[in-house]
Formats: sequence, C-alpha cells, structure tokens
Amino acid sequence: MRGRCPAGQRGVFQATLIAFLTLLHLFAATSARAFSPDAILAAKPPKLLSEFGFFADGAKQVPAEGVIPFHLATPLFSDFAEKYRFVHVPAGQSATYNPDEAFDFPVGAALIKTFAFPADLRAPDKDVRLIETRVLVRQEGGWQAWAYVWNAEQTEAELKIAGAKVDIAVTDRDGAPLSFTYAVPNKNQCKGCHALNGEVAPLGPKARNLNVEHPYASGAENQLAHWTSAGILSGAPAPADVPSVPVWGDAAAPTEARARAWLDTNCAHCHRREGPASNSGLYLTWGESDRVALGVRKRPVAAGRGSGDRAFDIDPGHPDNSILLYRVESTEAGVMMPELGRTQTDPEAVALLRKWIEEMR
Amino acid sequence: MQRLLTLASFALALSASTAIAADIVVEAGEGANERLIEALISAQPGDVVKIGPGMFELTEGLSLDVDDVKVQGAGAGQTVLSFKGQTGAGEGLLVTSDRVVLEDFAVEDTKGDGVKSKGSDQITFRNISVVWTGGPKAENGAYGVYPVSSKNVLIDGVFVSGASDAGIYVGQSEDIIVRNSRAEYNVAGIEIENSKRADVFKNTVTHNTGGILVFDLPNLPVQGGQDVRVFDNDVVENDTPNFAPKGNIVGIVPKGMGVMVMANRNVHVFGNRFDKNGTTHVLIAAYPNEYDDDNYMFVPRGVFVHGNTYGEGGFAPDGEVGKIITDVSGTPVPDIVWDGVTRIPEYFSWVNAEDQIYIDEAEGTTFANLKMISQMLLPWSTSPDTDIAGYKGSLPEPAPVKLPQDSGS
Repeated sequence: MRGRCPAGQRGVFQATLIAFLTLLHLFAATSARAFSPDAILAAKPPKLLSEFGFFADGAKQVPAEGVIPFHLATPLFSDFAEKYRFVHVPAGQSATYNPDEAFDFPVGAALIKTFAFPADLRAPDKDVRLIETRVLVRQEGGWQAWAYVWNAEQTEAELKIAGAKVDIAVTDRDGAPLSFTYAVPNKNQCKGCHALNGEVAPLGPKARNLNVEHPYASGAENQLAHWTSAGILSGAPAPADVPSVPVWGDAAAPTEARARAWLDTNCAHCHRREGPASNSGLYLTWGESDRVALGVRKRPVAAGRGSGDRAFDIDPGHPDNSILLYRVESTEAGVMMPELGRTQTDPEAVALLRKWIEEMR
Repeated sequence: MQRLLTLASFALALSASTAIAADIVVEAGEGANERLIEALISAQPGDVVKIGPGMFELTEGLSLDVDDVKVQGAGAGQTVLSFKGQTGAGEGLLVTSDRVVLEDFAVEDTKGDGVKSKGSDQITFRNISVVWTGGPKAENGAYGVYPVSSKNVLIDGVFVSGASDAGIYVGQSEDIIVRNSRAEYNVAGIEIENSKRADVFKNTVTHNTGGILVFDLPNLPVQGGQDVRVFDNDVVENDTPNFAPKGNIVGIVPKGMGVMVMANRNVHVFGNRFDKNGTTHVLIAAYPNEYDDDNYMFVPRGVFVHGNTYGEGGFAPDGEVGKIITDVSGTPVPDIVWDGVTRIPEYFSWVNAEDQIYIDEAEGTTFANLKMISQMLLPWSTSPDTDIAGYKGSLPEPAPVKLPQDSGS
C-alpha cells in the first residue's frame, strides 16, 4: 500500500494526520482524555482519574458521552457531602433488572461517585469543592473499588489505595462554621460496606432507590425508563410496577416508610443476612418483616459500650432507651454507626428515627 | 542447547520467584499507619507482613482481606499497635480472609474490639496480646480476640486484659481450639457463644468477673451451640466487679463466677482447677431473659461436670444472680450450682438421657439444684436438691477438635 501511494498524496495524508493528532492533543489537554474501556478492565487501576475518561469536564462534573448521571431517592449520609453519581455500561450491553438487589452489571461497567462540599451547606451548588471520586468497576473477576482524591486546583484526582484525610471547613445548615476531618476510605474499607456474601458489590443502583425522576439535559424522566431507553438496563417493568422507597426527607411521606428507607441505605449494606454485620442478627433492609430482626425489643450481642447502657436495639415508644438511636447519634469510634463513612451526626435523620420509635407500639 | 536450557531454567526461576512468598516489612516511625494499611492491602497470598519492633501509634483501624497471609510482629512485648488515638472503625484489626496467621504482636486500647475475624476459615491467633491499658473500664472495647462466623479457629498463647465483654470471644463459629492462653481483668475471660465443637484447655483465667462462659443466645443467625470441652484450665480468683455496659448479656454474670454454661448442649467440664471464685465455681443455667425466637432452646442440655478440683469458693455471692442463688442455697454457695430450669413438659414427664445434667466429682464437692422451675424465673421450689449422688452418670465425650492449620499442641 505504502509503495503505491503517490508522493503528493502521501504529503496530504501526513498533513491531515498531523492536524488530526494536534487536534486530538488539544482536545486531550483542554478537556478529558478519550473514554477508556481499557482502564476499566486493567488489573491495576490508573493512577489518575482522568485516565478513565469518565468526564468531559471533571472540575464541573460534566460526564463524557456514554456516562449517565443518576441520583438516589434516599441516599447514604456522608458528613453532609454532596454527591454526583454516574453510571457507564459498555455499548451494546445492559445491566439486568432485579427487583430487590443492585442490578447485575456487565463486565466493563463502571459506577462513579464524586463527593464534594459547597462552602455553605445551605447553597449546595455554589463554591463547590470536589474531594474524592470513588469508582466501582466491573471486571471479569468481580467488582473493584478505588478512591481518587482531587487536587487543590480541582484539575485532577489521584488514586489513594490507603485512603486519605481531608480537612473540611464549611458553613453548616444553621449558618455556623463547621470543620472536621473527612475520611476517604481505603480499599478494604470500601469492602467494609460494599460486601455481599463476602464479595464487593454495588449498593446504590437498586430499583426501589432509582425509581424517581431525574432532571436530564433532555428533560425530567424516570431513571429506570431512561436507563431502559438508553439501552443500559434490560428487563425492567414499567416504573409503576417497580418497588420504590420514599425520599427520606419528604415530610409528606409516612414516618415509618421514611425511616425504613433511611435505614435501608444507611445501615442495611452491613445489617442484612448476607452482609458484614450478619452475625449481629439485626437486619435493616427495606423488605425485612421480622420485627425482632428489625431491632424491636431485640437485645444486642456484641455492642459493647455501643449499647449506651440501653437494653434493646429499639424499645418501642422510647427512643432514649433504644440502642439504635444512641449509635446513630454518636460520633465516637467504637460506638457510632455506621462504623465508617461519617464523622458527623445527621440531626435530621436522628429526628426522623426518634419520631419513628416514639410512634412505634 | 546448553544455552537454551539455561535460559529455560532462568525463565522458570523468574516465574517461580513471582509466586514465591515475599516479606513485606513495616517498621515503626513516620507514616507507619498508612504503610501498615498499604502493606495489608497489597499483600499477595503467601506473603508475610512483618511488623517491626516498637510502638505504632495508630489512628485508623487495620484490615486484611487477602487469603494465606501471615501478619507477624517481633513479639507481643516488642511490637505494640496502640489505638489510643483511633478515630474510626469498629476494631483494631479486622480479618475477612482465609488461612491467615496473626502472631507475635500486641494490640492496645482499641475503641471497639481488639482483633476480629469475620467469616474466616483457618484463622490463627498465636502469641498475641490485646490489652486495655487503663484496666477494667466500661469504656473499653467489648472483645479482645474476636473470631465470629468463622471456621477452624486456633487461639494459642494469647493474652487479653480489660475487655468490657469477653477477653477471648468465639461466636457463631465451628471447630475451635482455645489453649495456653491467659485472660484477666475482663468481664468474661473466655466465652464460647453459639458455636459448635470447641476445645478450651490449658488456659489461665483469673481476676475476671466470670472465668469461662459457654452460652447460646436467641435471635442470631447461628444457634444451637454444642459439643464443647472445657478442661485442664486454671479458673481462679475471678474477682473483678462486673463492668459491662448495660444491655450486654454478660452484664448478668456475677463477680466470682468460675465456669458458666447457659442454654448450650453437650458441654463437658473436667480436669479444671477451681479456686477462690466468690459466687460459685460452676453454674449451669437457662437463659434468663424474655425472648421472641421459635428456634431457640433456652435450657442447657447434656452437661457433664467431672474430675475437677475445687478450692475455696462461694464465699461472696455477687449481684442479682448471687442473691437468687443464695436465697435458695444459702452461703457459702455450693461448688456446683444448677438452676434446675427445664421446659415445662420435661418437668412433668422425663428428660432424655443425653439431655440430662451429670456430676461426678470427688467426695466433699458440694452441689445444689435450685429447682427454679418454669421458663422465666417464675415461682420456684424453696428446697434445693443437694444430693450430688443423684446426678452420677456420664455422657460420651466429643472427639478432640482437629484443625487443618494445627500440627499439634
């Protein structure tokens, strides 16, 4: 081929190639690198988040083509952090619907979650500082979890296998200054929560917690319907036939449903029969129907000083006699629950759980 | 040809060397916490994570999730992992993988449990110590050495002091050996709970609230604790006031309890030396709390106590349990006490031979069946049965526990 190419034509070809490469280089320098399935499947994670190419604009959290934003009806509390969630499923493939568990994602899929703090918690979209982006990638041998910590310039995030500590100073919801040390989890701590039958598993993308509308660029649409029409989810029934949890902060929803939704996302990744806290006998999943397993007049087994001198996980009608509330209120290592992922108390959640236990008979 | 062979053997050696176990050495000093976390995460099966001598001031809990790794210190008196400044995690070290050996280091002042294994097969705790340096306090962590939901558990030469629940606690596990260990100033010295096939021997348990507890509890995924041998232990001077935070079941244990068997099946207590346990040397009892669990059996069945030696005891019965016992038995409390609680049908009819309580001790050993009949501490007979001769008999002893990782004692 090369031999038969006329000299003039070759010159044009070369010039075009150089121009193309220059453009590509410019594109890479000004925006993100090209999306890289190789990085998702590589045995060793890339050192830099940009090597995945998940974002067209990382600093602004604008996803690349093929990376879809989503949110959860009731999310996990992580020290008041704002979270931006994204999903990628390889073209031509789809995750399989499951009514109860996280969807079964194909090899090459990725779940991306960025944790960020606005300068003032009352203005969540202003002066936002990106802290870390956690990446769950589905490989041949299962899921891998990695955490990337953003630099001060907000131009790049770097892999931290051993986790990190980041000092946070914000204005809290009451307008008072709030400062604390935020903990980026290490690889084993990721598995401390993301474990199902001992294997790393995604937590958020469950049907019941995705069954809400999301404000897409193209307009608001139910997330499951959107995933289905985008071809990244198969087997989902119509949204009306999919289970759903309420938005836990929605005062119009019944207290019990809100409390159970909150427990489902904040506790049930460990406190379920297949989870890291299976041995406790306390199971807080949305579908749990055994009242004792839910903690009602259940005595603790290994709570230690986490019992707070209270006899039952939940003493109906008596939140201040209930271990569950004591541990959710605490910020002390060895007492607080969850054990990982927070250093602060969520006062609104405490108020909701208090109300739920108070009303319980 | 010669050259080819050399190349081939070189390539072989190269490929072999990548699979050969490596030592990952972590020394004390700057950044030790992060280096230790990284070493445990990056270890490959077969590796040894060697922790050098010195004091490691750790603020983060450690965890290991790789199979076939040994974590080895320079000795429990040399390598000290101090968690005084711990800000996160529920334990000092958490192991969730199989065939792991933990040996020759000390863990101090964890905010929660000391060293935990969850769901591990063939976990070995050897010559390690877990201590709360401030002595017995309710603020201390619950368990020192804490294998749970695990299989083939070997605890050998361990020292635990200060646990606000149990020093050595094995829960919801199978095939367990606890030997040559020492537990002192804990609420419970050694506790085997909701577990099957355990041998507890040649340990010293002293200055705890209670020495050795063999329990089964309701509302847990694994129940039906059975086949436990407690033998050749020194269970002496357990005299620390109970300091368990309320809510914990060990809070019921009175100061000065030697061995307590509660709601478990086929438990053999023999060849132990009991002395100076102020409440009683051996208590056999039903689970005393109300519960809601159809799968739970609240009475002990098939307990055989024989060939132990008994020194002074029962001279200072403690707490609510102590009072319940002495109201019936008087003081000093007999060496061996059975609450006598059976299920109602059994009370009115008969009990299978393999479910009965058998005592065969030297002459002079004192005993009382308190006959506290009913499911939940309802009215009881006020005349205990103290005729030890009526409980003679025996049960076939469970076979010694054999562990794949144990070449012998």
